Amino acid sequence: MRVLRVLVALSVLQLLGACAPLEPWVKPYEREHLADPIMALDRNPISSDYLDHVFGTREGAHGATGGAGGGCGCN
Amino acid sequence: MTLRIAALLACTALGSLPGAAGVLPEDELDAMYHRYDGGGVVVQGPSVLIRKKIGDNFSVSYNYYTDMISSASIDVLLSASPYKETRVQHSASIEYLHNKTTYSATFIHSREPDYIANTSIFSLSQDMFGDLTTVTMSYSRGWDQVFRDIKLSDGAIVNDPTFAQRADHRTYGVGITQILTRNLILSLNYQALTDQGYLQSPYREVLYLDPTQPKGYGTASQVYPGTHTSNAAAVELKYYLPYRAALDGSYRYYTDTWGIVAHTLQLGYTQPWKHWIFDGSVRYYKQNAASFFSDLFPRADAQNFMARDRELAAFTSYTLGVGAAYDFQIPRVPWIQKNTLNLRYNHLMIDYSDYRNALLINPQAGVFAGEEPLYRLDANIIQLFYSLYF
Repeated sequence: MRVLRVLVALSVLQLLGACAPLEPWVKPYEREHLADPIMALDRNPISSDYLDHVFGTREGAHGATGGAGGGCGCN
Repeated sequence: MTLRIAALLACTALGSLPGAAGVLPEDELDAMYHRYDGGGVVVQGPSVLIRKKIGDNFSVSYNYYTDMISSASIDVLLSASPYKETRVQHSASIEYLHNKTTYSATFIHSREPDYIANTSIFSLSQDMFGDLTTVTMSYSRGWDQVFRDIKLSDGAIVNDPTFAQRADHRTYGVGITQILTRNLILSLNYQALTDQGYLQSPYREVLYLDPTQPKGYGTASQVYPGTHTSNAAAVELKYYLPYRAALDGSYRYYTDTWGIVAHTLQLGYTQPWKHWIFDGSVRYYKQNAASFFSDLFPRADAQNFMARDRELAAFTSYTLGVGAAYDFQIPRVPWIQKNTLNLRYNHLMIDYSDYRNALLINPQAGVFAGEEPLYRLDANIIQLFYSLYF
């Protein structure tokens, strides 16, 4: 039982060690390309929300695309 | 006389600038005109969005959106009459930024003559690991009221007083946006969606073989299950090319308790040039049919659940898209930081595998029910919008 407690304590310490601050491998001054507007995952949310709505009302699948909407499917 | 098919999707706010979460969106005014034209249906209207920061921690936005619908689709021609109507949607949202966490709450109200939908969405985003990672969680809840329009003897269209149904929707979402290298971003999203209540159209009908009818088929109301659970998972990668341009690719896998499995694949390319940004995209979508779908049932009441909605049929679609955005300044208006004029065009092509064009059934000409050509849909989708950042 004591061995088990020691193992649990060591495991907890190991986990805590894993929570040490992570060193960013892409430094803030290396993010020039990522900050370019052409790298935005969704540059025009109003436009992509509309297209999600168009597709969502004509397809069986929806979700996981970040879109929002509601209302008609417009026969 | 419309049908609401799409469940109300959660706004996960994952589309913002990667690596810059923990920053409230810019103050902006968007005005858009949108038009969908295909399969005998024209849907067009305006959309206006205004977003404004309040202090350093809050941002509020409001969106007004309208669909003006003129429909003579194959479904309408088969079981009803062409119609025109308008759907209006109001959305209000508030975001609160605290350190590296953004909390967001949105309410959406949509109203059309025979459908009212209310949706609440909550989400939170957290930056971590030196702002290389953004984790987002979201929850949405939707309450819908479904009515059915009828035509009176004097021609007036009113809600059927004997018909009022409800549908509820819940969405649970989790996402992660990860900076992988100085040129590459990864986004992962997962959503679980549950719907219950009246999930079918009160207008559309199934067809079944009936030799006693002149055309060889009879019609009956659809019967959908009262519950629906879906799972959708998506992965997206975006890469900054060695010259100033970006390439992106995404894949989504979808499955639900109605037996639909769908795959969505999209590739995009972005090329800036002086004050312009040009986009091109190709989208591929494929799904199989729901387990209770049939284009033509062998007899009336052939099974417990029966549907003939095109959205539940097996089909493959391709969408080709191009877009151009032009950035410009207005002289002597210093409070406007930037203006952008956007034009986007998409062409949608759907080939159905088991949904036939029943309008072409003509036994006298030798075209019997079940032997008519498969249905095909082509649509043009246009968006013209102006964005003003202040």
